[in-house]
Amino acid sequence: MGYTITEKILLAHTKLKAIRPGEFIDAKVDLCLGNDITAPFAIEEFEKSGTKKVFDKKKVVLVPDHFAPAKDMKSANQCKVLARFADKQEIKNYFEVGRMGVEHALLPEIGLALPGDLIIGADSHTCTYGALGAFSTGVGSTDLAAAMATGECWLRVPESMKFVYHGKLNKWVGGKDLILHTIGDIGVDGARYRAMEFCGETIENLPMDDRLAMCNMAIEAGGKNGIIAPDKITERFVKAIKNKAKPGFGRKYFSDKDAVYCDVREYDVRKLEPVVACPNLPSNVKPVRAVKNVSIDQVVIGSCTNGRLSDLQIAAKILKGKKAKSNVRLIVIPATQKIYLEAVQEGLAKIFIDAGGVFSTPTCGPCLGGHMGILAEGERAVATTNRNFTGRMGHPASEVYLSNPAVAAASAVKGRIAHPEEVI
Amino acid sequence: MAYKGRAHRFGNDINTDEIIPARYLHTTDKAELARHCMEDADKDFMNKVKRGDIIVAGKNFGCGSSREHAPIAIKAAGVSCVIAESFARIFFRNCINIGLPIVESEEVAKAIRARDTVVVDTHSGIVKDLTAKKSFKIEKYPPFMERIIKAGGLMESLNKRKR
Repeated sequence: MGYTITEKILLAHTKLKAIRPGEFIDAKVDLCLGNDITAPFAIEEFEKSGTKKVFDKKKVVLVPDHFAPAKDMKSANQCKVLARFADKQEIKNYFEVGRMGVEHALLPEIGLALPGDLIIGADSHTCTYGALGAFSTGVGSTDLAAAMATGECWLRVPESMKFVYHGKLNKWVGGKDLILHTIGDIGVDGARYRAMEFCGETIENLPMDDRLAMCNMAIEAGGKNGIIAPDKITERFVKAIKNKAKPGFGRKYFSDKDAVYCDVREYDVRKLEPVVACPNLPSNVKPVRAVKNVSIDQVVIGSCTNGRLSDLQIAAKILKGKKAKSNVRLIVIPATQKIYLEAVQEGLAKIFIDAGGVFSTPTCGPCLGGHMGILAEGERAVATTNRNFTGRMGHPASEVYLSNPAVAAASAVKGRIAHPEEVI
Repeated sequence: MAYKGRAHRFGNDINTDEIIPARYLHTTDKAELARHCMEDADKDFMNKVKRGDIIVAGKNFGCGSSREHAPIAIKAAGVSCVIAESFARIFFRNCINIGLPIVESEEVAKAIRARDTVVVDTHSGIVKDLTAKKSFKIEKYPPFMERIIKAGGLMESLNKRKR
């Protein structure tokens, strides 16, 4: 029997000769990651265990991005825990405010996540790096503590689900719509404990930013990891990284022809229109055109899902020369400093500001109801983020609709959920 | 180990934002986290819950964010065990890693009613609903997880191995 790409990467990180789904393994990690919310617990556990040094100071990454720049004193204290630990352990991959970005946008951008890597992160959206042909998955703080101490993580080898997409995408339809459509199909626990392997000619032609958005939301279907086999697009992406943080270009793995999948789903995307996930689950997906007269108070464009340069370019295309509706707060947050600078240089920042929007320094901020755009009671937002659970962006009686950046920008102009074609 | 308490029922897809909202994540103080446990799913939960009580939920309990603050808040709130039809995977592993007992069983989670008194014995693999006078067999943890649980958590189990 053959192996899937996920099984091959896992196997390569153990001392075993063979593995099968359901089996428990201790896998070597190439990278482990924490942020200002999850790392403080991990650091406490690490220090409590009496371990003196992290297993490899080059393989630990700390990014204060959730409540940073620190939103209050308690958050400042949490960020300080990271800075102190990084200093004491000589961790180079600590990214201070001004150099940090939203972690899952930052790591691929600087080449810390490469094809074939096994990456764990104390953040559920760590599954993002599967877009590069890596195995990456979200874990808890204690897992991070254990990985920092031993360089290993216990994992249960997941069964794999294959998602095959056929056809050319329509205008204004992107990776975000593909993944929302998929979650809408299988539900928020449709891939629970499983690997989600995305393939087919649609994926082969899909730009890296869209692939990252897709793998990013594998967790929203309960998936352990999302993964896309490396190809020319992957190669181009990795080769274009300047001053790579890690040597080499990774290692390519591919699923065998006789690999075993517990489920195979095929989608014809030619008729797929832009979609939104309605409150309060990412699986509550409807075509934008079917959601009529839903007025909004806020639009957020950013996050580890859709805060990359191409996302901002799409939003700017819609917003150029237009204004956000007078009663709508438009908040645009580039995911990294590099993206921020490029957006300024390309004139995107001016377009957003001219449209009456806020253009902010990188932070996870509003996505998780942290800061920089919290919703009041009864308010409603359209966001390019990844979750729309009860109270996710603020008050428990506020609502979030998830969309791609084009729909978010069009909705800002109209003051209600809108299709990009209503504006362009 | 056996855990005895009254059941508090929740529905499907209870996510970690509801278990412990992000607005309280700027601390590692377990008692403070416990004060807001389940707040966005049931804002009176902390007034109702008593030490030893048991949470019973539907499918996909603990979905969403990886925040270990969620099982930590539940444990620090005095909840002795969580029974659900199914668990989201990161929440599941966090419970194993911090030593919060969990039972994954569709049959048991569906049968227990709110406020029933329940006894969970993970060692013998039996759950008893004393109020309804019913008894259920549950699967034991796989040996790999049993080792972590027996040691009292992942870090403790690694320390044992080191010694």
